[in-house]
Amino acid sequence: MSQPHNQENIALELCGIDKKFGAVHANCNIDLKVPAGTIHGIIGENGAGKSTLMNIIYGFYVADAGDIKISGTVRKLTSSKEAISYGIGMVHQHFMLVDNFSVLENVILGAEEGGLLEPSLRKARKELERLAKEYQLNVPLDALIEDLPVGLQQRVEILKALYRGAKILILDEPTGVLTPQETDHLFKIFDALRNQGVTILLITHKLREILAATDNVSVMRQGEMVAHRKTADTDKEELAELMVGRKVRLKVEKTEADSQQELLSTSNLTYTDELGVDRLKNVSISIKAGEVVGIAGVSGNGQSELMSALAGLIKPNSGQINIGDTCIDARHPSSAAQVRDLGVGHIPEDRLVMGLIKSFSAEESAILGYQNSATYNGVLLNKPKVINQECARLMEEWDVRPRDPKLRSSLFSGGNQQKLIIAREVDKDPNILLIGQPTRGVDIGAIELIHKRIIELRDQGKGILLVSVELDEIMALSDRIIVMFDGNIVGEVSAQQANEKILGMMMANIMPDELQSNTVTTSGEQL
Amino acid sequence: MNDSKIPAWVSIIVLPLINILFAFAFSAIIFLAVDVNPIEAAQTMINGAFGYQEGIGYTFYYATNFIFTGLAVAVAFSAGLFNIGGEGQAYIGGLGVGLVCLGLDHTLPFWALLPITMFASMAFGALWALIPAYLQAYRGSHIVITTIMFNFIASSLMVYLMVNVLNQKGQMAPVSRVFEDSAGLPGFHTIAGWFGYCFAESPMNLSFLIALLCCVLVWLLLWRTRWGYAIRAMGSSPSAAEYGGINRKRLIIIVMLISGALSGLLSLNEVQGYAQQLKLGFVAGYGFTGIAVCLIGRNHPFGIVLASILFGILYQGGAELSFDFPNIDREMIQVVQALVVLFSGALSLMLVKPTERLFVYLDEKKKSNNTSAAEA
Repeated sequence: MSQPHNQENIALELCGIDKKFGAVHANCNIDLKVPAGTIHGIIGENGAGKSTLMNIIYGFYVADAGDIKISGTVRKLTSSKEAISYGIGMVHQHFMLVDNFSVLENVILGAEEGGLLEPSLRKARKELERLAKEYQLNVPLDALIEDLPVGLQQRVEILKALYRGAKILILDEPTGVLTPQETDHLFKIFDALRNQGVTILLITHKLREILAATDNVSVMRQGEMVAHRKTADTDKEELAELMVGRKVRLKVEKTEADSQQELLSTSNLTYTDELGVDRLKNVSISIKAGEVVGIAGVSGNGQSELMSALAGLIKPNSGQINIGDTCIDARHPSSAAQVRDLGVGHIPEDRLVMGLIKSFSAEESAILGYQNSATYNGVLLNKPKVINQECARLMEEWDVRPRDPKLRSSLFSGGNQQKLIIAREVDKDPNILLIGQPTRGVDIGAIELIHKRIIELRDQGKGILLVSVELDEIMALSDRIIVMFDGNIVGEVSAQQANEKILGMMMANIMPDELQSNTVTTSGEQL
Repeated sequence: MNDSKIPAWVSIIVLPLINILFAFAFSAIIFLAVDVNPIEAAQTMINGAFGYQEGIGYTFYYATNFIFTGLAVAVAFSAGLFNIGGEGQAYIGGLGVGLVCLGLDHTLPFWALLPITMFASMAFGALWALIPAYLQAYRGSHIVITTIMFNFIASSLMVYLMVNVLNQKGQMAPVSRVFEDSAGLPGFHTIAGWFGYCFAESPMNLSFLIALLCCVLVWLLLWRTRWGYAIRAMGSSPSAAEYGGINRKRLIIIVMLISGALSGLLSLNEVQGYAQQLKLGFVAGYGFTGIAVCLIGRNHPFGIVLASILFGILYQGGAELSFDFPNIDREMIQVVQALVVLFSGALSLMLVKPTERLFVYLDEKKKSNNTSAAEA
């Protein structure tokens, strides 16, 4: 394992960090050296122990064994307060901001000096203006957080850390909520920070970002640090292989779609939520047999509501959904159970909130949505044996591990939970499959299998609607890609036309020049 | 990472026992403060609850009530609904039993009357739960608030009926006439007699067996039927239940009807079994105690039977205790009961961490012993 040796200038060094949670060995003898003023990527599958390691560095957990050296001195970190005092800052995946506070108020929250707010605010304003200049982190200081786009909210998080004197900045999956353009901007900020001597630890599972942004990269697998590389000396394939421990095919192979028969369509679908926010505005789409329609967009732009409306979970305010010969509209709403009976399978976006029930055993979760089916029920009592055998069969077919139908659903890893849910929906042989975030938090090995199966289903003539925040996934699987912004359909591109730049611009509601000529649908407000 | 480090049997059996022991330890301190020897007190209590046949009968008579109300809370709680209205539902259930008995006890034999009184107790209890259920399902009024309010309404309604309608002509006492002997549930001593056994006379009656049957039925309902699946799904994850095509509103109504019916059955024991007449205030807090019973019984029918017997002991042993010791009155016994509820319910998680640490320590000690033995 080659590591950059720069003895006098190591910002952070971990020696033999070990952490167990009961029987789970989350971190096993981890060594890591991060030279000052570099961007260091840490990559690994879900459950590889990245988050545990970062929480140890940030003082949330105390390691069972091992030392943490900060700028060459061994430090005991037992709380995040101590970590902050040694110049460690963390930007969490989910922002820790108060929505109805201004940027300035958020920055000083927890770092106020004295009982009166005014002097602290004045001092902070000066300091933040300096920081903004130094690191090119411009944020309107008096704006409320809720009025800022996510990209700017993230900058506030970074400013918060810098204001507390962070010299080592940990970012946990920072790009999950950003458009490709915003991501590029974030990487520019990283450069500026690095030039000022800040050390950055970037945690992600996206190979592309590691290659684009970091100087060095360390790979974790099953709680161990398996490799350190200079980013310049490695590539996607090698990193993927190191993460999974075997060769992985990153490309999905598929043939041209041959779609004729329309299975599902919506016309002018509109939905307003309880707060009066228009989530869907005149959405018209169509899904034909044997094609995958991808929906791209930054999360929260109506994709989830579209899925919910199609699945019968929410009632549209106006417009129609046509599934086969059945028409669903505001006057003839439909329930989840009825939509299921029409041959629509639904793999929900959030498996822990909807897809399964954490406290239920796997076999119970494996009948969710089909609990009334005659297969599983006698006249009064259900058939535990059948339920158990069916679950065991699904587990076998989809390689769900461990193969224990009695095990509590929450004890399976994300990938295995997801495989179980997909298995459940696919097994009922639906004509139409609504798939939300099929591989969120799923390890690469399982992603490979899930992608392969989705394409197989398409080839069997199913109509598939795919919603995902992973552009790579959308582009790899879809035949047509629809982009949503603020409840509108911004436009549609074919898989051949699509690339990251075009989709990224459309996701930000900018019509790329390439598409101006053959616009399919455009939203009202164009920039 | 919330992986439990202790084996299941510890968390199911040992932890509740330790919690109860803690409650008793604190009770002992209180007893010492009023100059009562806690060991003597404990002996009196156990003796009162189990020492002689009549005491045993009383213990199980109380337990019967707790099983019904505990199950009622458990069914609703499995669906994520907190039914605090067991008190009122049982009270109105009693009205149903009373009306049937008063109307038909001259005409029908017991075995024809029993199905009707059972149905009446369940129907009246269920109906009293129906309005709060409707308000929760379709109007969004919180079930905790509405069921509490319905307890008061039930209480006022019964006062009105007992004082103005159902009382006996020319009498001040707010009680109905006593039912015909043939209408009352056979006591346990009578049932034992049918099988040739001899048991002292006590208020324990047939309804105890009905309560046990209800435990089995509730278990079957919750864990072996599609409706139970829907109930537990809604209780564990409302969003997943909705995804699974479960109609939340309808299920709230159904669950509350079942819960109210179970509460209503309590009156079988109290009205048709024990008092054999309608009286004011016969529910006497059993409905509320059912919440504690359900909590201690961990929402499981088997646990509820055990917890009900525990509370039966506290009630019967406690009565004996206040009888024998002049320094201990009814309120002191309630303090002991409250401590049990406090430690097994509210503080039930307090001892999880220390017990966990103890087990990890013992585990490691065993391991290191093994390795050192292996090295030697």
